[in-house]
Amino acid sequence: MAKINGETVNAEGMTVAAYLESAGYDPARVVVERNLEIVPKSEYAETVILAEDLLEILCFVGGG
Amino acid sequence: MDANAVSIQGEAAASREFPISKQELDRAFDARFPASIAEALRNARVAIAGLGGLGSNIAVMLARSGVGQLFLVDFDTVDTTNLNRQAYGISHLGMPKTQAIRKILADINPYLDIRTEQVRVTQENAAKLFSDWPILCEAFDKPDQKSMLISTVLAQCPATTMVSGNGMAGYAEANGIRTEQRLERLYVCGDQSTDVGNGIGLMAPRVAVCAGHEANTVVRLILRQAGIL
Repeated sequence: MAKINGETVNAEGMTVAAYLESAGYDPARVVVERNLEIVPKSEYAETVILAEDLLEILCFVGGG
Repeated sequence: MDANAVSIQGEAAASREFPISKQELDRAFDARFPASIAEALRNARVAIAGLGGLGSNIAVMLARSGVGQLFLVDFDTVDTTNLNRQAYGISHLGMPKTQAIRKILADINPYLDIRTEQVRVTQENAAKLFSDWPILCEAFDKPDQKSMLISTVLAQCPATTMVSGNGMAGYAEANGIRTEQRLERLYVCGDQSTDVGNGIGLMAPRVAVCAGHEANTVVRLILRQAGIL
């Protein structure tokens, strides 16, 4: 199973876009790394999460 | 005027007689640190994207620390709503932030190499702006802009390490603001949660604490890249 932010998650076969939506993330506010490579925002809809994938999802809040 | 003060780069120095030489200012760097530290900072190159509450304060701290070359980017001008937390004063109102920060930094150390660009950073121009810079501070205020800049630069600028600010609103205990290395080339400073989008305001102390985390992380990256840390 894929690991997302260190947790085993049953997300195989989902696209990054679909996973972000199901987990309640706003795609405009996140940075997604998959197997140590940044997933460009333009590729969220077509990037499919595979069984051994390691994902890091960072979510940003406003203020600066 | 001291002959050594001729090779002047800063604005204040160019616009009026400036009697303090570069050597004198270099000597003012805390002598308790070994010379190798001052040298590493003097040779360092750091970019800052956004010159608001985070970026203006980070720039001031890095200038005081003797970071030799800064590249400061912002599209905006200074207005009264900035005065509650940003490094600017009344005399800077209406000025482009890039110009206002040049004046502030020139007053701290006129011999630093300060480069500025008044432009809005986008997905299209981010890599061109920052790919030559080994360290980039993300200092925007809008979360979608933070996310865009980090995604773009980490993907397109393989030699750039980023330091970002995430969560410094309100007046909760400042100890909640911390620095974490979240990705190989990304350090995130902040409480990761307080969001101005939820109606919480920004106040100088926590914004400055977060800016301090970013600036301190930059100093540590510089010293690490120089083999000192």
